[in-house]
Amino acid sequence: RDTTWPYQCFGCFVFKPSAKKKKTLSLADHFIHGCEGAENSEKRFKLCQDLWDQIKTDTEVLQDELNRNILDSLLDFTRKCSSTRQHSDWASQMRASEIPTAALVLGVNVPDHDMTFQSLSDLLQQSVTPYVASVQAKECGALKHLIKRVLERLMGTVVTVDDEEEEEAEQTSAQHHKSVHCSLSTLCDWYNTKTKKSNTGTPGKKRSSPVRDGPQQPPVVIIFKDLEAFNPRVLQDFILICSRYIERLPLMFIFGIATSPSTIQHLLPHSVSSLLCIELFQSLSCTQHLATVIDKLILTKQFPFKLNGKVMQVLISIFLYHDFSVRKFIKGIQLALLEHFHSQPLSVLCCKKKEALLNVMQLDHLDLERIRHLLSFKRYVEKQEPREQVDLLTDDTHLKEVCQKLIKDLHKYHKNYYPILRCLHTLTSSLPRYPLGKQIRELHLICLEKNVWESEDYQSAMKLLKMLAKDELIALLQRCAEILQPAKSKKIKSALVQLEDMLTKFKQLDSNITSPLKHLQKKTDLAQLQKTLLEMNESRRAKKLSPFEVLRNEALEFIDSLVKSHLSPPESQVLNEVCYYTSSATVRRHLNATPRTSIQAALNSPFYYLQNDRLKTEDGTVSNAAPDICIAYATVVSAAEGNDPDSDNFGKVDEVKHARFIRAVSELEFLGFIKSTKQKTDHVARLTWGGC
Amino acid sequence: IKHFQTTITCNYPSIFIYGHRASGKSHVMHVLLKELELPHATVSCVECVSVALLFEQVLLSFFGCDAASLLPRSASLSDFVRIYRQQCSQSPAKQTRYIVMEKAELLRDTDANLLPALLRLQELVEDNVTIILLSEIVWDKFRPNTGCFEPLLLHFPDYSKGELHTILSQDRHPSYSDEFYSSYINILLGVFYSVCRDLRELRHLAALNFSKFCEPLEEGKVKETDTHKLWRNIEPHLKKAMQTVYLREVSSVQWEQMQQTEEKENGALRGLSAHTHVELPYYSKFLLIAAYLASYNPARTDKRFFLKHHGKIRKTNFLKKNEKTSNHLLGPKPFPLDRLLAIFYSVVDSRVAPTASIFSQISSLVTLQLLTQVSHDDQLDAPKYKCAVSMDFICAISRTVNFEIVKYLYDFL
Repeated sequence: RDTTWPYQCFGCFVFKPSAKKKKTLSLADHFIHGCEGAENSEKRFKLCQDLWDQIKTDTEVLQDELNRNILDSLLDFTRKCSSTRQHSDWASQMRASEIPTAALVLGVNVPDHDMTFQSLSDLLQQSVTPYVASVQAKECGALKHLIKRVLERLMGTVVTVDDEEEEEAEQTSAQHHKSVHCSLSTLCDWYNTKTKKSNTGTPGKKRSSPVRDGPQQPPVVIIFKDLEAFNPRVLQDFILICSRYIERLPLMFIFGIATSPSTIQHLLPHSVSSLLCIELFQSLSCTQHLATVIDKLILTKQFPFKLNGKVMQVLISIFLYHDFSVRKFIKGIQLALLEHFHSQPLSVLCCKKKEALLNVMQLDHLDLERIRHLLSFKRYVEKQEPREQVDLLTDDTHLKEVCQKLIKDLHKYHKNYYPILRCLHTLTSSLPRYPLGKQIRELHLICLEKNVWESEDYQSAMKLLKMLAKDELIALLQRCAEILQPAKSKKIKSALVQLEDMLTKFKQLDSNITSPLKHLQKKTDLAQLQKTLLEMNESRRAKKLSPFEVLRNEALEFIDSLVKSHLSPPESQVLNEVCYYTSSATVRRHLNATPRTSIQAALNSPFYYLQNDRLKTEDGTVSNAAPDICIAYATVVSAAEGNDPDSDNFGKVDEVKHARFIRAVSELEFLGFIKSTKQKTDHVARLTWGGC
Repeated sequence: IKHFQTTITCNYPSIFIYGHRASGKSHVMHVLLKELELPHATVSCVECVSVALLFEQVLLSFFGCDAASLLPRSASLSDFVRIYRQQCSQSPAKQTRYIVMEKAELLRDTDANLLPALLRLQELVEDNVTIILLSEIVWDKFRPNTGCFEPLLLHFPDYSKGELHTILSQDRHPSYSDEFYSSYINILLGVFYSVCRDLRELRHLAALNFSKFCEPLEEGKVKETDTHKLWRNIEPHLKKAMQTVYLREVSSVQWEQMQQTEEKENGALRGLSAHTHVELPYYSKFLLIAAYLASYNPARTDKRFFLKHHGKIRKTNFLKKNEKTSNHLLGPKPFPLDRLLAIFYSVVDSRVAPTASIFSQISSLVTLQLLTQVSHDDQLDAPKYKCAVSMDFICAISRTVNFEIVKYLYDFL
């Protein structure tokens, strides 16, 4: 996102994980330098890199898939437009003066759009037309710049804008190409020569598309990436110009819209928009997009690297509260990944099962000591027999064996966790008022935090499930069975068998038992009806359960047992520290920077940033050795509290001190903490906005 | 229309022609100059992003590309005059040359000396040349302060109903007879003439609805001559078109598709303006709400709305001011960033750290044109904004976050 706000200049955003990732040796060095447990750091770096590459390709594939629908329809649109142009029937002739326009509504997550547009223009170039130009608002402040960009991108030459006297541009244009004039007629001429050439010169090249009669005319597509940000005047003029050339040049527009299609009407007056033939395309909403990404990246055993509940919460809340940007979400995962491998020496075990088992054998004494210090491992040891405890704490080879077993267990846990999570979600996601959340990520968060079955929401969800009608319940269980189908682990398989058993029983109920209600329909007289109703009521009071109810309770108990055995939070698993990244504070600090808070921290406790312990003080006051600005800040804060507008502590002092004081004050003013009141000389007011 | 011909040939230095949109100015000029085989250059002023481009196009069409290439980079008016003279001494004009400038109103925004100079170009270049300016605006709005040569004024009146009928009937469908199409146009004008006299729009509508008109004919139910039945068939249709197509809410292609599917689902297509729902991140919604409140509430009332213990401000005292006119009638007022943030922090239900992304959200709201920055871009210190969304929009937004905005609006107290 563009930001004009100055505070972002304060370097808290500098951490750029992607910069570290490129495959150069220096990056590995960079990674290894200063990381915990340097012995196996190279291995960890490699693991980290592999994992990230995999995640990256996966997300790209995912993104392509998600965009496929809309891209396909856009491609169809362009094809159709270019073909109708060549038709000569009456209706399309009457329409020929309109510029076909696709309004592509993408949602407000502007940073994500780049990728979509990139793949869109790639696809267009591959399959429809070689002439695609995309423009952004910020490079097109004036009409001539817009035309210039369009021409440059289409023709691949340098275009001169007359009154702009840029020596460099002139030189390069003299060197490379002959400069062309910045007008659409130039483009028109260029297009004509191009299409003629390609028709006569290389006939084989374009024969892939069905041969049409008449000269083939691939459309010229201009993509406006961010329609809202364009200057309306510029856009209007450009469209007016284009419409003058539409007969000679098969132009086509694609508008990227972030808000709503009605912005077109706000931007363009009727006289201009009537020159366009607008068709609307709506892309997937970003929340759906995120849901898919989470589904494919997080809720899968495929990636050994995991996030704990808090980190997930941070990432998701950044997404929902701040930017709706899936790209940033993935960047967040990347950051966590990098941090995990960088700071956790045992992350060498965070990989595929086979590799992890191998790596266990190669652990040295130091690493094993680290394992012994893990919280989860300590808890595990405490539960063992005293003899075993001693062995675990002293015998390295024994520990390695146990570790292998534990790693296996951890993998098994993941294998079972996700299918069961999905089952529980399908069961609960359609309940009224969503006790366990509408989205699977909410349920996942609950499960990461604590034992889900102990929560009140879970209890109420179970109660609601008991109230479901039979066919609804059967449908839900059916879907659960489908989810469990592809799972390979033994436990899940047996669970599936049980579930299918129950389903068949449910179905048998249908055939055996005709419900009492069916009798009701036959009887029409009132007395009888009352009687049967009373009977039914009594039978219910007597807690005599119908076979359906029995079976239902059985099914729900079965689900409950599955949940209890497989959905325990990862913290309860031994060695979970290997796979789970837990430092939510780091992620938050890096991704959601608070520049002002950091400045205040710097002013309040300078030792933190200057890394000088002498500046530390016991009672939290600022030491005398601190920089002037810190002292001045402390004075201002206390002055505001004590209602004493100026700090006279300095009293009558020598000139150097006075100058230092003045400088500190002006620095504070520059940072925006105080401002001159202009009421009385030497008085300043503390700025209070932001409440920080 | 043809009587303009005489005035055209009379060799006046400049002619100014005005008339409404689509009253046939350019077309007449074009046809006329073509028919009489007069040397002419047609330039659209929208297209000429710089004057140099304008000069180049004129030279190009009079003297060929050699002359145009003589123009230096960033050519000035004098360059143009110099080269023009040079060229026309080489190839003196046998007839009057004409320069037709469309959308001439844009010339007013260029250099102050350009328009007066063009008006007397004949004297400057000493050649038999006439400038023809075409515009939708009357000449009175053109006249520069310094005064200039008065061009010959010509007005193109709007077409009458009869004229429109004749013109529209000309682009008839090849497979139908003249009379049939003409009767169709008659019906069309009957419906639309009262709301729209723009030739281009009418043409658009005629093209769109014709296939529907022909439908009963193709099914063999009626004969071409049975206009009454045809009228009965098409009329409700045109009425519907009037609601949607006229404002181009629905594009022509969509309209056609709709006509095909209409029988089944009764036209569920929504126009562009129907899509107003915008998804926003949670805090962006609150920022927008805060901005709306800051724009429509007087600053002095903030204390009353956003402080829990605002003391006893008596209602009479609070409302007594002569602010009878609704703030919503006056439109949004600018507010400083500090006020926006102060309201934001008190409106949002949880504690929010002033993170960088909050600030970047404000600027992205500006790029999305939901807020507008009022102060200049250079002013980093205390930028001012205005809220640019409608009441309906903000109500919809507040509903999604369970915020009762009406309670916080001064106008609705």
